[in-house]
Amino acid sequence: MTIPGSWYLVVAALLFGLGAFGVLTRRNVIVMFMSLELMLNAVNLTFVSYARMLNDVGGQVDVFFVLVVAAAEVVVGLGIIVAIFRQRATVTADDISSLKG
Amino acid sequence: MILAAISIPQLVVFVVAVAIVGVGGVGLLAARHTVHSALFLVMTLFGVAILFIEEGAEFLAAVQVIVYAGAIVVLFLFVIMLLGVDRVEVPAFVADRNRIVLAGVGVLAVLVELFYVASGAWSTGASSQSGSLSSGQNLGVLARSVFTTYVYPFELTGALLVIAVVGAVVLSKRLIGRREVDR
Repeated sequence: MTIPGSWYLVVAALLFGLGAFGVLTRRNVIVMFMSLELMLNAVNLTFVSYARMLNDVGGQVDVFFVLVVAAAEVVVGLGIIVAIFRQRATVTADDISSLKG
Repeated sequence: MILAAISIPQLVVFVVAVAIVGVGGVGLLAARHTVHSALFLVMTLFGVAILFIEEGAEFLAAVQVIVYAGAIVVLFLFVIMLLGVDRVEVPAFVADRNRIVLAGVGVLAVLVELFYVASGAWSTGASSQSGSLSSGQNLGVLARSVFTTYVYPFELTGALLVIAVVGAVVLSKRLIGRREVDR
């Protein structure tokens, strides 16, 4: 017998929680960004688990699209981080508060 | 008990993969240096790839390693190392303790809800729109779905990637131009 699907879902939930905690508490923008990747991976794991549990290829196709969107997001996000760092020499989220009003 | 019904090799692979994912995830959060965080991220991605293989998604496991570990983490490392971002020493976590506690409580609430969903009824009973997973080899089934049912979303992702590349070029180019004017 194979591993029950709910075990994978629990692992994915824990991974998502780790990523969310990182985004909320770390100060370094790059580490926050990496935590975001962690959350995306947790969602991918959930998609694959449901694809197996429901015997539906749609879940795996969704992971495919999530991967593409993640790649695009990293390119633009790191571009913004580089731009901010060149202008203000900081990657600490608390220092980047120009939009606070 | 349910443990007795699971084959031992699968259980061992699962436990090892979860250990890799867990150590990588916690290490990413706890590491002081950004470079270490990036390396822990690679570790986590490999663990997730192992879980993908165990769930029969071999193609996605390969793509996970190639795209994430091979491209995305390399981008991260490029930015970290070329900019020297890591040299700026700051406390790793936010100074405000309340914010950390609130974040922990919020994450815990989400986790409780997710555990509830994971253990309870999850199937909606709706029939599949994109085909059965067990009708052939993993790659063939996936390809047939992507190039027939999901062909327009697939084309759109191509447009999205072009937009991202153009956006990255514009972001860095405008900045260089402004710097030359400043001088």
